[in-house]
Amino acid sequence: MVTMATAQSIPESPASDSESTGASEPRRLSETTPAKLAVKDLTISYAGTPALSDVSLDVREHEIFGIIGPANAGKTSFLKCLNLMNTFTAGMEVEGQILFNGLDTHRLKNVYALRSRIGVVFPLPVGLPLTIYENVALSPRLRGVKNKADLDVVVERCLTRAALWDEVKDRLNSLGSLLSGGQQQRLTIARALSQEPELLMLDEFSIAVDPVTTMRIEEVLMELRSEMTIILVTNLVQQARRLADRTAFFLEGKCVEIGETGALFEGNVQDQRTSDYIEGKFG
Amino acid sequence: MFEESALNARNKKIQLLWRTLFLVMTLLLILPVLVILGTLIAKGGSVISMEFLFTYPTDGMTAGGIFPALFGTVWLVSLALLISVPLGVAAAIYLSEYAGENWFSRLINLAIINLAGVPSIVHALFGVGAFVVFFGFGTSILAASLTLAIMTLPVVIVATKESLDAVPLAFREACWNMGATRWQTIRKVVLPNAISGILTGVILEVSRTTGETAPIMFTGAAFFLPFLPESVFDQTMAMSLHLFVVATQVPGVPDALPYGVALVLVSMVLIMNSISIGFRVYLRGQKKW
Repeated sequence: MVTMATAQSIPESPASDSESTGASEPRRLSETTPAKLAVKDLTISYAGTPALSDVSLDVREHEIFGIIGPANAGKTSFLKCLNLMNTFTAGMEVEGQILFNGLDTHRLKNVYALRSRIGVVFPLPVGLPLTIYENVALSPRLRGVKNKADLDVVVERCLTRAALWDEVKDRLNSLGSLLSGGQQQRLTIARALSQEPELLMLDEFSIAVDPVTTMRIEEVLMELRSEMTIILVTNLVQQARRLADRTAFFLEGKCVEIGETGALFEGNVQDQRTSDYIEGKFG
Repeated sequence: MFEESALNARNKKIQLLWRTLFLVMTLLLILPVLVILGTLIAKGGSVISMEFLFTYPTDGMTAGGIFPALFGTVWLVSLALLISVPLGVAAAIYLSEYAGENWFSRLINLAIINLAGVPSIVHALFGVGAFVVFFGFGTSILAASLTLAIMTLPVVIVATKESLDAVPLAFREACWNMGATRWQTIRKVVLPNAISGILTGVILEVSRTTGETAPIMFTGAAFFLPFLPESVFDQTMAMSLHLFVVATQVPGVPDALPYGVALVLVSMVLIMNSISIGFRVYLRGQKKW
């Protein structure tokens, strides 16, 4: 059981509450914005075969950090390491340093507290075979919330923010796993939000979602930025352009380039391969 | 445009031939069941009555009822279940949810497969050596149930493992990602969705245990007892052994009696199996993903 007491072993970052950021205007990020996540010389290999090598990057507080790149570039493996899910994959070796709120994650005793602060959305929606209500109430329950009224509040708030409440409010007790693909993906997002995450990681969330739903989720993400940091792995270059403040380009297990999204898309790149990929010349 | 060519006609004929063949094979499967049940009902149906079910055998077991045997079988099976289900389910959860793919888990899996392949008479002799003699339980319900439990353990483990493995990995990963421990994940997501499958396996185990004779005849089942067992350290009569006894060991038994005993035994098993099938149908209706 992850209790609130053990969760405090990770210090809260100073700017994690929403009052400190103006709700009205998404503020511009500057070089001085503190790093939510710092990755240094990260190398990942599967049973000796390298999947990602020497990646160093910072993800700043309250930014949407886009990661683009063709299949097999190491994007998903990268996400897996950030919340230490690599421990569940046999043969996956990780070297290098990952700092979350300035703390070395590999030295953490309480990996469960770390994971509960990082929401994850998978490429294919995973509606757990529980009711819609229980899908969203699960994370609070894991944290020890028992009061029904408290849970009701969390469920309604998270479903509303994931733009799903109106569609499901009359059937909260039907199974979440039987919703349509687009609805399940929003349910997954609602579930991630119920963790009250500091970092939200989305891995190609729109792969099984219709364009209209994709746009609705993108709007949701823009709003969420004021409250949390978001890492958006996407196979849609234009999605990164629409959402991301900064974008990293991964290719064949290397991080080729990181830059301000606007600059990258204006062709202001250091590596020719980046603009080739962005312009659709390969990938 | 859609005229039938010679090749089409030939294909259709072959298709019909195969279909018929498979149908005949399927019908052949049902035949033994129908013949067995039919014979039992025809020859033994006449002795079945409430009195037969709830009275003691009389006249040197050539007349009267089967109550002590029925009672004993219920005892033996219940106690065997009480032992093998918690043990088997726990082992299956460990193997399926905690143990990785390594030499240790492979060794255990191999042991389970081999345990399932051990003939029941060997289990019986093991039971005598281990429970009756070594642990000093004597020939008793406890020794017999323990022997039955060990014999059926692989069935419980395999059935439980299969129902746990049927729960998609993605559900577990979603849970782990939220910061749930393995146990929380098992408790909240995996077990609730595997429980019906586990129950089906358990019921099938009951039906198998009910009919076993060899494992209990040396460890706890008695030829004839004029009283009911009072504790797990007493011997008991049992349906399967009773059938063997009245069919082969006692002279002067009327023809209908063994058939009647067999009919009751088969009915017990069939009822158990029907419940199990009912569970599966219910399960299919409850499909959650």
